[in-house]
Amino acid sequence: MKIAIIKYNAGNTQSVIFALNRLGIEPILTEDFEELKSADKVIFPGVGEASTTMKHLKELHLNELIPDLKQPVLGICLGMQLMCNHSEENDTDCLGIFDAPVVKFKSEDYKIPHMGWNNLVEADNELFRTLPDDHMYFVHSYYVPVSEYTIAKTDYINNFSAAIKKDNFYAVQFHPEKSGAQGAQILKNFIEL
Amino acid sequence: MLKKRIIPCLDIKDGRTVKGVNFVNIRDAGDPVELGKQYAEQGADELVFLDITATNEGRKTFIELVKDIARNIDIPFTVGGGISSVEDVGPLLTSGADKISVNSSAVKNPELINELVTAYGSQCIVVAIDANLIDDEWIVHTHGGRKPTDKKLFDWAIEIERRGAGEILFTSMNNDGTKQGFAIEALRQLSEVVSIPIIASGGAGTMEHFTEAFNEGKADAALAASIFHFGEIPIPTLKSYLKEQNIPIR
Repeated sequence: MKIAIIKYNAGNTQSVIFALNRLGIEPILTEDFEELKSADKVIFPGVGEASTTMKHLKELHLNELIPDLKQPVLGICLGMQLMCNHSEENDTDCLGIFDAPVVKFKSEDYKIPHMGWNNLVEADNELFRTLPDDHMYFVHSYYVPVSEYTIAKTDYINNFSAAIKKDNFYAVQFHPEKSGAQGAQILKNFIEL
Repeated sequence: MLKKRIIPCLDIKDGRTVKGVNFVNIRDAGDPVELGKQYAEQGADELVFLDITATNEGRKTFIELVKDIARNIDIPFTVGGGISSVEDVGPLLTSGADKISVNSSAVKNPELINELVTAYGSQCIVVAIDANLIDDEWIVHTHGGRKPTDKKLFDWAIEIERRGAGEILFTSMNNDGTKQGFAIEALRQLSEVVSIPIIASGGAGTMEHFTEAFNEGKADAALAASIFHFGEIPIPTLKSYLKEQNIPIR
């Protein structure tokens, strides 16, 4: 099985590679179109700021490739947000795979960013099969509101999409690569789709 | 619901943990990877690795160590110690660290916070503050708490947030090492003046101290070293105690 991680300037790439290594998988890290198209599964990591990251994707023309991928694709954190239409973070137009916005948390009473371990609610998808625990590690200030694409929610300030799915595209707001055994199980479930 | 975090802190010198540890079932307590892994398995929510090495040679060892930690540990970790430029941070993050923390270098050059945030995003920039209560004023100290500055804790915290940092790690030097409890009043005030998460540090001696830090101090996370290293309070015991106190704990 060929697992490809999209190579650009994402901050958590190394952690995703290590998490897959712990599952006995040697992913390839590449920005090459043919390599990405021919992979069985593609992971789209992401940590950082939306507009700068979109700029990097455009420089590599990955903004054209990613929406056209046909195999299962998993977006992580900023990767998930960039798969949506538009982000409030520096008013950034994104890839538009999900017809959903990315909005900023607003609260007088809660800390922002949403940082730490929070539990999934109504997690209903094969991605979440046989989880030993439903707590995942989150770090983000922007979120995707609950919509028809939502396959798991989390409650912070309001309910938001912890995970979304459309056709072959899956995306999670939390970091499965840093979420202990349960995060590893989600990666395993994705690989086994 | 977002849970409160328990964070063991490990001091590293030349790639080895410094403080003595009292763990059963651990082959090499001086090995930060093995120790960190043990903490992760016990339910630690995050880990902090503080490099207290002063030499360039030691710095290189530390970057190798960061990679080794990331390879073996599946929870988030912060690294700090000796970071004074944007260039210092790149290798640590690409090696797999989730967050970096700066202290003295940010006091000396506050603009560094903005530069780090622009380069890597707020979510991975922690600013550590060491402060001492002197004549009713919390005064920020640098160089491991030895050198007083002209900065006051709450003003500095507001500035840190304004400059874009994602989190504040506050150590009360008065409380550190006393095992008499965290600096609750200062923590509570910090939570009022800034809206980014606060990690409480310095003074943990009993499980009740953690309850106070979360309930009265409004801290988002609590960090400790010796009580964990010496096995005085095992993490699973602490976490089940805090759950009984109705504190949201994973």
